[in-house]
Amino acid sequence: MSEQTVEQKYAPGTHPSLPPPVADRGAIKWVRENLFSSPTNIVLTLLSIYLLYAIIPPLVDWMLINSVFDAGSRNECWEKGSGACWAIVVVRFDQFVYGFYPEEERWRVILAFLLLIAALVPILYDKTPFRKLGLVFSGVYPIIAYFLLWGGLGLAHVESAKFGGFMLTLTIGVTGIVASLPLGILLALGRRSDLLILRVICVCFIEFIRGVPLITLLFVASTLLNYFLPPGTYFDLLLRVLIMVTLFSAAYIAEVVRGGLQAIPKGQTEAAQALGLSYWKNMGLIILPQALKISIPGIVNTFIGLYKDTTLVVIIGLLDPIGLSQAVLADSKWQGLSTEIYVFIALFFFVSCFAMSRYSIYLEKKLETGHKR
Amino acid sequence: MKVSRLFLGVAAASLVASAAYADTLSDVQAKGFLQCGVSTGVAGFAFTDDAGNWQGFDPAVCQAVAAAIFGDASKTKYTPTTGKTRFEALKSGEIDMLARNTTWTYSRDVDLKLSFTGINYYDGQGFMVPKGLGVSSAKELDGASVCIQTGTTTELNLADFFRTNNMSYEPVPIETNAEARQNYQAGRCDVYTTDASGLAATRATFENPADHVILPEIISKEPLGPLVRHGDDNWADLVRWTLNVLIIAEELGVTQDNVMEMAKGTDNPEINRMLGAEGSYGDMLGLPADWAVHAIKAGGNYGEIFARFIGTETDIGLERGLNELWTKGGLIYAPPFR
Amino acid sequence: MAAVDYQQQPGVKLSELWVDKRSRGVIIQIIALILLLLFIGFIVNNTINNLKLLGVETGYGFLNEPSNYDINQRPIEYSSRSSHGRAALVGILNTAIVAGAGIVLATILGFVAGVLRLSGNWLISRLVYVWVELTRNVPLLLQILLWHGIIVHSLPRPQEALSPADGFFLSNRGFSVPSPQFEPGFWAVVIALGVAVAGAIWFAGYAKRVQEQTGKHYPVFTINLALVVGLPLIVFMAMGVPLTLDWPELRGFNFRGGVTVRPEFMALWLALSFYTAAFISENVRAGIQAVSHGQTEASYALGLRPNWTMRLVILPQALRVIIPPLISQYLNLTKNSSLAIAVGYMDIVATIGGISLNQTGRALECMSIVLGLYLAFSLFISTVMNWYNKRVALVER
Repeated sequence: MSEQTVEQKYAPGTHPSLPPPVADRGAIKWVRENLFSSPTNIVLTLLSIYLLYAIIPPLVDWMLINSVFDAGSRNECWEKGSGACWAIVVVRFDQFVYGFYPEEERWRVILAFLLLIAALVPILYDKTPFRKLGLVFSGVYPIIAYFLLWGGLGLAHVESAKFGGFMLTLTIGVTGIVASLPLGILLALGRRSDLLILRVICVCFIEFIRGVPLITLLFVASTLLNYFLPPGTYFDLLLRVLIMVTLFSAAYIAEVVRGGLQAIPKGQTEAAQALGLSYWKNMGLIILPQALKISIPGIVNTFIGLYKDTTLVVIIGLLDPIGLSQAVLADSKWQGLSTEIYVFIALFFFVSCFAMSRYSIYLEKKLETGHKR
Repeated sequence: MKVSRLFLGVAAASLVASAAYADTLSDVQAKGFLQCGVSTGVAGFAFTDDAGNWQGFDPAVCQAVAAAIFGDASKTKYTPTTGKTRFEALKSGEIDMLARNTTWTYSRDVDLKLSFTGINYYDGQGFMVPKGLGVSSAKELDGASVCIQTGTTTELNLADFFRTNNMSYEPVPIETNAEARQNYQAGRCDVYTTDASGLAATRATFENPADHVILPEIISKEPLGPLVRHGDDNWADLVRWTLNVLIIAEELGVTQDNVMEMAKGTDNPEINRMLGAEGSYGDMLGLPADWAVHAIKAGGNYGEIFARFIGTETDIGLERGLNELWTKGGLIYAPPFR
Repeated sequence: MAAVDYQQQPGVKLSELWVDKRSRGVIIQIIALILLLLFIGFIVNNTINNLKLLGVETGYGFLNEPSNYDINQRPIEYSSRSSHGRAALVGILNTAIVAGAGIVLATILGFVAGVLRLSGNWLISRLVYVWVELTRNVPLLLQILLWHGIIVHSLPRPQEALSPADGFFLSNRGFSVPSPQFEPGFWAVVIALGVAVAGAIWFAGYAKRVQEQTGKHYPVFTINLALVVGLPLIVFMAMGVPLTLDWPELRGFNFRGGVTVRPEFMALWLALSFYTAAFISENVRAGIQAVSHGQTEASYALGLRPNWTMRLVILPQALRVIIPPLISQYLNLTKNSSLAIAVGYMDIVATIGGISLNQTGRALECMSIVLGLYLAFSLFISTVMNWYNKRVALVER
């Protein structure tokens, strides 16, 4: 009735838009469309809500509300609260970060880490001020880091055996990433090369590495490598592991880069050849910049994989965070708290890997130059 | 033709490099330290102290050897090895000697080409169970889940024991002592089996050691001792006689405290020979005359080392038992220093 | 011969050899080959020298000697008197079991998660997203240990085992379930199943031909399901139920009888499946998104019902994108199963590459067996994948 009366006041076609009905706007509309649009959806929504209810409150309870950060032993923890006993992580924190690195030399690890960030910034953000200078620093960083961590040039020597914890993870991870990218690109170029013998060598290498689990390669590094070297030569386990991890990840990078290379039309190469560019100029200036751009998500995924795989070194006796956790759990004061330690380590890995994958997405978007069809 | 000549060339080139193993003592002296393989951690036998230094009954042998060579026990570096990696580490030359509760067996000696240089602990495999299970003999363990460290002789002994007694069991293979403890305490297995000394050491670290019993059966002989590679007899002699010197020192009453005094000369000719006051016994090994003095000075004689790390005064609380000197009814016996 | 000529007149000609692209290629290859041979020669020679120096005997003869150790999970008959070779076989089968079970669970979970991730339901798609990111970004080894820790520490001991149903027991020794014991008459059921499957395949082909010729559509799936399930069931009943169940019961320390799924297997299996499922779900999502929406609209326009659209239009195209990465995920899962060693599940790396290696000291031989097996398997899978890629590539225009 009332509508009709309103209607009468306006000439046809001049009626102002009315707000949508309550059920069709704002939060209610959103909820209806996104959560309760069909019977299946209603069931799914209710199920998810139940799941959240079943997981979140007890988890928050365990992780935060009832957890204990300050205790001297597991029993003290259990007396103070029924939740997680983070005290074990607090008490052993230094060990988890530095392993057995000598206490008075730990500033070197911190410095190396800070410099790592400084070296990463110019690579990761192209808007860094003085980027050229920064990139030079990034280039020499590995040398600086080597001397900082292992000693030399007046710094006291620290054996690899003292490396442990998250610093070991970072050492292996960063070295593997830095060294495997150029090697992987070379392997990919070799695999795409016209030179038969070179190609066969690269294919065999890549397929062999990709065909076996990393852990068997680490076993080879720890048990067999000494058979392959001249009698009496010896180099330390960490170095052997670094080499193996690098080779392993290089083979995977090579396959990712090969995918990128294959996606570049042959016309590009032909045009470059017509201009008289040599093979390396063609690759370096024309093909690789395009191919690498396409390969970025794959490369970063390989890096994330490598980073996660650094945990496997525990199986051949290096003391990464998981290895240290075994040593910590052997202490009768703290036995049985494996969940806390594993969750703590998992959190560390999650944060770093998730950051890497986010960065890859950011880079992908940034390098999207609008050629998308 | 070309290829085979190539191989010959390479072969000739690397033959030059291959004489390296022959003289371990020179190698060790050249690099300035002794690389010693130890276990990854068995309370009392090998562990890291708060400063991260390796200590214990096994590292003590290494320290004595390093002291004999360099006159300085601290010139020792350690490589923690697992049951799995220890022999490869020794064979490949990564370590110069292995002092890691390792059982002397025929096949290790003969087939793996390793030389055991003596026995520093007479052990045997035993079983530990929670008291609550009410088990009093290993013969009652039919159907039990048993935690074992893989890659050890205990794994083989266990299989034989259950087989000969016609019992079944579920082996729960575990890599390290630490993991084994966790699994045992969580109840993943009913029984933990390893050398009786290891059981005592493990039990000592439990909150309530009294809640666990070590069963009376000892199902194997486990003579534990340091070992080196085959092929360098001089080096084997050095390690063997360092251990013997520690034993003889206890027998003759030479201790860490009085060794310097006794080195000046005593009425006992054997002590004089050993400590270098008489004869030129050090020369025979290629070491200075007072090598044994340093070896004893490093950690004391056998009895002192035993008492310091695993004896009844410690948390481990092991009796001397079989490891008492032969003069006192045990098996510890060293050939004469003559 | 040509090369010799050049060498006789040095200077310009020799440098020409390097400038010319083809001859340069030959030179590079020869250098590469020589370096490679030198490298191989170096390694082989070192190995021989080292082995000689150590006086270690080599050879695979030890595979026939008794292994002297026991294995807890034995798919085939095995005891400590069996040979090392048989221990290796047990290891291979255990790897196959956990990989097979993992692949099945990971595929199911991965597809469900991938589809839910695309669901219009905001809540569930967010939930799946969080789960995928959490699982993908935490090392697998850690997840295995976490599962193992949870199972061993939080489940009760066998004496207080949870019993969700009669004859099913869950404890920190594993999950014990009744196991079927086949009686002689059971072969008839197996034959019936074979006949039913053959019939179903024939019927599917027949129905397709009929549909192509006449347009008449049979409910193939329903009929075949009835055939494959029904026929063996009828035979099973007719033969007088030739099957008994072996019930697990607590005797002494452990459950005896039935089948026990060990905590080590459960931890490895769950961790592998969840980890791989997270990756598969992303592949599935990408695959479905790769099929343009126009396809759906076109098939609706043709009057196809939604589930037909999915089955006949979207899925076949999506699968072409999904399957290659899916197979490499399967391969990854199989290789990742080597992490079994962390919890003491007796796979190939733990048996021949672990205990046997250690008890016999034949490192070179044992590692070569392990590497060779993985390599053979991987190459086999990549061959299959290449074949598949070629096959679907033909369909593409």
